[in-house]
Amino acid sequence: MNKIISFPHLGNYSVPISFVLRHLTNYEVKASPPITKKTIEIGSKYAPDSACVPFKYNLGNFIESLENGANIIIQAGGGCRYGYYSEVQEKILKDLGYNFQFINLIDSDHLKVMEVYKTFKKMNKKLNFVKFAYYALLTLLMIRYMDKIDEIIRSRIGFALNMKNFTDNKKKMLQDFSKTKGFIPLTIKYFKYKKLFKNIRILKPKDCIKIGIIGELYTAMEPFASYFLEMELAKNNIEIKRFTNLTYLLFQKKKMKRKMLRGIKDYCTYTIGADGMDNVYRCKYLIDKGFDGIIHTKPFGCTPEVGAIPIIEKICSDHNMPVIFFSFDSQTSEVGIKTRLEAFYDMLMVKKGR
Amino acid sequence: MDKVTIGIPRALLYYKYKDLWINFFEELGCDVVVSCCTNKEILEKGKKYTNDESCLAMKVFMGHVDYLKDKCDYVLIPRYACLVKHEKLCTNFSCLYDLVRNTIDVKIINYNIDIEKKEDEFYAFTGMGLALGFKYRDVIKAFRKAKKFEENQRNKRLLRQKNILGKSDKIKVLLAGHPYNMHDSLIGKPIINFLEANGVQIIYSDLYDKKYLKSEVERITQRNYWTYNKEIIGSISHYKKRMDGIILLTVFPCGPDSLSNEMIIRNVNDTPIIQLVIDELNSEAGIITRLESFIDILNERRKIHE
Repeated sequence: MNKIISFPHLGNYSVPISFVLRHLTNYEVKASPPITKKTIEIGSKYAPDSACVPFKYNLGNFIESLENGANIIIQAGGGCRYGYYSEVQEKILKDLGYNFQFINLIDSDHLKVMEVYKTFKKMNKKLNFVKFAYYALLTLLMIRYMDKIDEIIRSRIGFALNMKNFTDNKKKMLQDFSKTKGFIPLTIKYFKYKKLFKNIRILKPKDCIKIGIIGELYTAMEPFASYFLEMELAKNNIEIKRFTNLTYLLFQKKKMKRKMLRGIKDYCTYTIGADGMDNVYRCKYLIDKGFDGIIHTKPFGCTPEVGAIPIIEKICSDHNMPVIFFSFDSQTSEVGIKTRLEAFYDMLMVKKGR
Repeated sequence: MDKVTIGIPRALLYYKYKDLWINFFEELGCDVVVSCCTNKEILEKGKKYTNDESCLAMKVFMGHVDYLKDKCDYVLIPRYACLVKHEKLCTNFSCLYDLVRNTIDVKIINYNIDIEKKEDEFYAFTGMGLALGFKYRDVIKAFRKAKKFEENQRNKRLLRQKNILGKSDKIKVLLAGHPYNMHDSLIGKPIINFLEANGVQIIYSDLYDKKYLKSEVERITQRNYWTYNKEIIGSISHYKKRMDGIILLTVFPCGPDSLSNEMIIRNVNDTPIIQLVIDELNSEAGIITRLESFIDILNERRKIHE
């Protein structure tokens, strides 16, 4: 039987993930089928009731990829409840009668390079460390470039004459990236697309509304899980600043911790767990930078964010900053979110005096 | 110097560390005020301060802090981030201090326990004593005494439970859950009262000798890393053979419990298990009906086995 490896979706990052898996293992790589309403339905059918929504999405992804022929699945870990996902999901899937191998990449909270290497070594006997390091670094660089380009797109897409220019080119870019062979071609491609995205014509009014999106990592990163919140905002000519991405989690978070705690010492003395404290800091940052509003997203029952919300409310009411909270669960309807977004947008317009 | 009054909210970690806290402050010569038992009014007050998705225990806690607002000089709100290396606690415990500081206008006395950053209990308590203006020697003495008293109390309770376990031939049920849920007068008390009235002997999961914790936990789960949940799992795998049934008591929406209870239910197959999820709108009648039928099942099972 040939081995097919699969993994749950995480926004556009399925491209670098499948890239690294393809080069480091000799299995066939198949990302989970794209997330649809059915995915979440299957996921919430078998997941425990009060598990958070990413758990249900992941489980739905797994079931769909197993149905699709995969027999090895990969899950990462770390953070809050996320670290314990793997064991429970493995048990649920085994109880459902699927026959597969479950690989857990990160066991504890901190990413240990050697442990990840050992896991890959088990999958691929011919792998040596140089090759592993080469492709790992290449993938990290790809993630970094993707996030940088994403930032450019996000600040411009709302004012585009034709939104398709952006979305189509992004698809092309991801395809190009996934075929890359080395550091230099990747960098050349990055600059090519950076130039391309910067040159797409847009109509930008001088004082447009700027909104920052903060919140929990999965809903902030996964476009479907957040119901294309960002696209919806872009339609209303709103400039968006988004924070959490993989670059931040992998490289910046540790470095910034001290600085962040110093910045918000009136509100937080200690870290809150997962991204709680980071979001309080971002709130302060957005206020200082003169943004017009803040949107906070989280999946239902996200404990660290629930703890952070009263603090965010306090900081926003102290500085007279509009803030809106969205909580996504498997039953959230798109229309409800649109209505609330419109109301928020209208309020911002009135506040700005237009 | 005037006597300082310390307020201790009767919620969350109170049920774990009450002996230590009360003794420590009394040994130092402070007055200690413990808030009253949880009631509906306290819950209503607590709801005002928290997000509506906070867990019930958290809402109750905020209500207790509000109750203590003008009854004491300081309210004790510790921060617990990590008790054992490579393990974690629910993030609610690590944001508790900042949460109260930002929402309720009270003076707080605080200590921080984070083993991974080398801040252990001794360090934390001495720091707190010094912050209150006591002498270093007195603080250490008080801490040692309180620690000893806590251990004695625990051993006494453990022994009592052991005796019950050996003697009683009533139906025995393990009530498994966080101590702040089980012993709370709004969340767990109605269940305990009902069980006792129906002739069930309750064994509590928080009274359990942690000597073999690691090996006992591993029989059920390998990768769980929440210290308090591990204690529950350890007690389940320790007691389950001698129990007629297990009641998993949890509140809605408890983060760690949601996954760890799922694992327990899927992996413990030899003992009947019921999971009770309590939320703020719960009517007692619904819970009682479920408990009644659970006890009936246990009775029938016993008859068959005899």
